[in-house]
Amino acid sequence: MTDTELRVSKIEDGTVIDHISGGQALNVLAILGIDGGSGEEVSVGMNVPSDRLGRKDVVKVEGRELNQDEVDVLSLIAPAATINIVRGFDVVEKHRVSRPNEVTGVLSCPNANCISTDGEPVDSHFEVLDDGVRCTYCDTIVRESITAHVSVT
Amino acid sequence: MRHDHLLSAKQLSRGDIETVLDRAAALADDLGAVAGAHVDRLLGLCFFEPSTRTKMSFDAAMKRLGGDTIDMGGIDSSSVTKGESLADTVRVIEGYADALVLRHPSEGSAQLASEFVDVPVINAGDGAGQHPTQTLLDLYTIRENAGFEDLSVGMMGDLKYGRTVHSLAHALTNFDVSQHFISPESLQLPRSVRYDLHGTGAQIREHTDVEEVVEALDVLYVTRIQRERFPDENEYRKVAGEYRIDAELLERAGDDLTVMHPLPRVDEIAPDVDETDHATYFQQAHNGVPVRMALLDLML
Repeated sequence: MTDTELRVSKIEDGTVIDHISGGQALNVLAILGIDGGSGEEVSVGMNVPSDRLGRKDVVKVEGRELNQDEVDVLSLIAPAATINIVRGFDVVEKHRVSRPNEVTGVLSCPNANCISTDGEPVDSHFEVLDDGVRCTYCDTIVRESITAHVSVT
Repeated sequence: MRHDHLLSAKQLSRGDIETVLDRAAALADDLGAVAGAHVDRLLGLCFFEPSTRTKMSFDAAMKRLGGDTIDMGGIDSSSVTKGESLADTVRVIEGYADALVLRHPSEGSAQLASEFVDVPVINAGDGAGQHPTQTLLDLYTIRENAGFEDLSVGMMGDLKYGRTVHSLAHALTNFDVSQHFISPESLQLPRSVRYDLHGTGAQIREHTDVEEVVEALDVLYVTRIQRERFPDENEYRKVAGEYRIDAELLERAGDDLTVMHPLPRVDEIAPDVDETDHATYFQQAHNGVPVRMALLDLML
């Protein structure tokens, strides 16, 4: 066990999201809708040293296994993230994130005149481009500061 | 052409466009020839914003096809004032009509409406987004006056918020057209339209001065610069004054230049242009009826 791993506690069953870009851990939790309100144990390490990234964040969630859709959405803000599924303290599955073709209900459109922001009974919906995302309602393209538009809490 | 909805000019192929324009050309020769084509069909007019040309020409088109229209009326007299969502409004009206024509101030409104109803939705303008039926009549007018071969089209004015420009620019990528965009820097094309145009490999150039390009154009499509887009009245006046055409400017243009405008105009085209052979904007507005007849005939 390395010094880095010691900073956040080991989990018995659940998910470890590793190699998150430094400073993005809270946005990862927001995208996944994890706020601690449902009682799950969550450990967060931020800006810990990483050979690959220089600095990285790590999130460990006890008692919850992420599905592939959830994992892929993370690619928008944490493209280098790795997902470890843990059962009985052992890593039983490892995944890398891949960019999805679209994301629903994760981001809010920055265009204040977009119908998706006007209280209608729809989730936001974005097409994922090579270098950003595009609202499928109003066509607005977001390339910079995508995390500022994360709407899941 | 077979689409469930017409939401954006982006969904129109060259074949779709030519099908509508050919049908419109046939109808224009005798608007009464299809008077019985759509008896007992009702078109719902849902205009959440003011409209003269689009609304009246859809009304005229449907009635000339033998059908009829029902009109939601202004938003002041509808349930919108009680806070009803667009999704609920269109779900109610689809029970009354065979198709809906929607104009709404928010971008993406037609897309949203289409997700909640089973009848065809036709986008008649969604905020600063798209206005695809205006584009079809614009294309009809261009084809009648200039054709589509080796064409140079200039679009001038408010390119950022001008939905007719966004739709026309998308549709013209189906043809052999060089597109010139003439505007102040603050009103240049939005990122999303540029993205799409570059994606199609379209030939586009941007200008800030119409005088530098007017000689090379076959079509000049003028749009209104909207006062409400400028927080400063003086800035508006300065910009609006620079993007105004008159007969003197058009003396530099080719004899065959076609000047178009989706109307209403304020002062971006001087009245003396009306007397020149370039002026095509009233003919353009009249073309709304046969083109919308053709579209409805193909979609209903």
